[in-house]
Amino acid sequence: MKPTNHEHPEYFHKVVDCQYACPSHTPVPEYIRLISQGKYDEAFKINWISNVFPGILGRVCDRPCEPACRRSRVEETPVAICRLKRAASDYKSDSSDFLPEVPTEKNGKRIALIGGGPASLTVARDLLPLGYTVDLYDDQPKAGGFVRTQVPSFRLPEKVLNEEVDRILDMGVTTHFNHYVDSLKTISDKGYDAIFVGTGAPRGRDLDLPGRQEGDASIFLGIEWLAAVLYRHVKDAPERVLVLGGGNTAMDCCRMTKRLGGEQVQVIVRSPKADMKASPWEIEDAEDEGIPIVDNHSPLEFVINEGKLIGMNFEKVKAERDNEGRRKLIPTGEEPVFIPCDQVLLAVGQQNALPFIDADLGITMNERGLPLLDEVTHQSSVPHIFFGGDAAFGPKNVITAVAHGHQAAISIDLFCQGKDLHKRPAPSTNLVSMKMGMQEWLYHSQVSDDERYAVPTVDKVKSLKNRLVEVELGFSKKTANVEALRCLNCDVQTVFDYSTCIECDSCVDVCPESCITFTENGDEEELRTRLLAPADNREQSLYVSPVLPTGRVMIKDENVCLHCGLCAERCPTSSWEMMKFTYNSAQAGQK
Amino acid sequence: MSVQKPNFRHPKLAKNSAEYSRKDYEGAISTLCAGCGHDSATNSIIQACFELSIEPHRVAKISGIGCSSKTPAYFLNKSHGFNSVHGRMPSIATGANMANRDLLYIGVSGDGDTASIGMGQFAHALRRNLNLNYFCMNNGCYGLTKGQDSATADKGSAGKKGAPNPYNSIDLCELAIELGASYVARGFSGDKQQLVPLIKGAIAHSGLAFIDIISPCVTFNNTATSTKSYHYVRQHVEATNTFDFIPLAQEIITQYEEGSSQEVTMHDGSIIHLHKVDSSKDVTDRRKAVNNLEAEKDKGRLLTGLIYVNPDIMETHDIINSTLRPLNTLTEADLCPGNGALQKINEGFR
Repeated sequence: MKPTNHEHPEYFHKVVDCQYACPSHTPVPEYIRLISQGKYDEAFKINWISNVFPGILGRVCDRPCEPACRRSRVEETPVAICRLKRAASDYKSDSSDFLPEVPTEKNGKRIALIGGGPASLTVARDLLPLGYTVDLYDDQPKAGGFVRTQVPSFRLPEKVLNEEVDRILDMGVTTHFNHYVDSLKTISDKGYDAIFVGTGAPRGRDLDLPGRQEGDASIFLGIEWLAAVLYRHVKDAPERVLVLGGGNTAMDCCRMTKRLGGEQVQVIVRSPKADMKASPWEIEDAEDEGIPIVDNHSPLEFVINEGKLIGMNFEKVKAERDNEGRRKLIPTGEEPVFIPCDQVLLAVGQQNALPFIDADLGITMNERGLPLLDEVTHQSSVPHIFFGGDAAFGPKNVITAVAHGHQAAISIDLFCQGKDLHKRPAPSTNLVSMKMGMQEWLYHSQVSDDERYAVPTVDKVKSLKNRLVEVELGFSKKTANVEALRCLNCDVQTVFDYSTCIECDSCVDVCPESCITFTENGDEEELRTRLLAPADNREQSLYVSPVLPTGRVMIKDENVCLHCGLCAERCPTSSWEMMKFTYNSAQAGQK
Repeated sequence: MSVQKPNFRHPKLAKNSAEYSRKDYEGAISTLCAGCGHDSATNSIIQACFELSIEPHRVAKISGIGCSSKTPAYFLNKSHGFNSVHGRMPSIATGANMANRDLLYIGVSGDGDTASIGMGQFAHALRRNLNLNYFCMNNGCYGLTKGQDSATADKGSAGKKGAPNPYNSIDLCELAIELGASYVARGFSGDKQQLVPLIKGAIAHSGLAFIDIISPCVTFNNTATSTKSYHYVRQHVEATNTFDFIPLAQEIITQYEEGSSQEVTMHDGSIIHLHKVDSSKDVTDRRKAVNNLEAEKDKGRLLTGLIYVNPDIMETHDIINSTLRPLNTLTEADLCPGNGALQKINEGFR
């Protein structure tokens, strides 16, 4: 193998699994370290710069960082990254020092944002400090988009949402609420320098089954129903409710129903439970509240009696894989199952809806009905129109929308300056030594044995009575501290200088994870078979040194390194150094 | 803050046939200087015991005084141990061995502990061919007292203090062969590929197995002018042979080329299979073994590997015909067989 070039910004970035997995590349270990030191303001600031909505994401993020967490490869459970983010938001002071200055003298460029969700708000936040004039259009009375209308307040209190949304609006966004844009052309005609479309995937999928029309009064689309609950158009639920669908919206619907008076609430899923799209913790929360999840039931028809919905018929199915590995649901041939109910909530998927894009505007659409975009720049076929969030590449999640917002803001800024959109600013990286003295480091190198701490919750009786009571209480400062210390500091890198190594084997001997091997070089596949410990996780890099005096090379498998610093501690020549790697994604306006 | 070794280990490391993981053979984290050769020697012992599936509670570690004698704290912390007086490891080991011959004895010593203050003890343990694994971590200096030349420092070699050693050195391997050890080897802490099999061979051997482990002192004796530095040793080693250690009851699967190899069956039935670089280097002949050492020395080379082995020499228990059972298992009936037995013994002297 060729010697590793650790100066490449992506090499060590990949070692920081959580940050690498995060669409927005939030510097996770750094803010977790700050939480462990009680520096909540600083931890919050790092989050805010990178992901814009720490309070919201600390509750409802899809957390791609957690399955990536090294801790889950070393033991069983990842660090509770998402809940620590919330702790930073819960315990920060009222100081607003972190807010960037917004120039009073504008740069003369005007930007329109269509839709007031997380993607648009991110664009606004990134562009306002650069002097742009930003107009926001939304058909709702308040900004927040999907996060406001569909995430129930028992998961995300309105106060938290308002604080984070208003923080951005107060930077100087001109808002046009209750303003449904029915033609993008009318906006385009207003002479904006650039337009960003972040209208999400606002349409719930319907189920066109027998009885759908007749039962319409008792059948609702999940996301619309949740919005109706928010705006108090719906205040209660009947006794027996079926929620169809296996995603997070289904989980929100069933838990909300329970709070509005539903006694027998059931979630019915076509697929096996293991294949459900909902996050495991959301499923767990629903089950904890006494909601059964019935899997392998495919809906056949709505059963109507005297013009009134009385239940649904389901066909029992089982999942099988065809030759190409695609899952198919095969009927078991058993009798259809009748499940009585008074109301059905459909949460079987969301779709994009872009009816406001005028055909003569010149935006090329793809076969999925989405705009054809440059995946990096988010630019559509009309140069000054950009897309982000769910409206860009289909439904994903909040943190992805934020990442899109950052990228679109960079593109818009470059576009307005007449620059090449593909010459994007590079991430800023840095490597700083963590050595303080003998056996002393500038980070908490000791590896905690603690298992993941659970987040305390409100008494169930109380929370099920009131949809406005947030279920999770969040970590106490003390628990946040010990949970934060579970972090393995993957951003503190083991940096190897081959020129001073005397090949004494001290690092090999002391490494608790047997990560380091000195051996003859070879190609990667073959090398992986003869390292001290199995190195079969190909997603993780091998760190390879140039040839050493004995003709061997140093190979370190990054996979389960604990970043404990013992290799550096036991190295007589400081050939190993523990260095903190900082990686900050570029944002609009950076060179 | 003192350094603590994390409790996590690589999740995919296998267990040995006794169901122990390698962690079960580890000890406390080393407090020796960073880069000390002794830590690699220690790890080689851990590796050998793990690979041989030795039950940790069947091992007794005995040492004297010195940097090397601190190492039993860094391996096999589930075994028995005794950290004795300077140079007195062989006496304690002899006593323990006489009392319980069922345990595996690992005696750790250094060049000061062996070749200076403990020379007399060393000589007699060799002479009796005590069933002991005697590992001497040899760095050519007194590291614990700031690096004065030891009795194994080569003439002309200079450590950190800079003055060349004016005296002749003691070759512990030659001495060991001379005085009756039945397994004599030399390894280098920086070469585990060679050292681990040497230790495994020693453990399988019945009788005194002596390994002279050249183990550089990074703090005081790793200079360009020292003959016990990492660099010098790497430049000047000459191996007698490489070898496979095949434990008892394990099938031999490698094909060996005729004439280039030598097979030695150990007392417990294990086999050492030597791949010889030079077929004249017979390792079962005492005289040739000493000659080999001297011949390489004349060339300015340091001979390593298995230098001499004779599995047929009787160990102390066999020589003195002692009981096969550990003393603590002997009952009153065994120890006081009664008047009849006494009369029989007395009769034998008439």
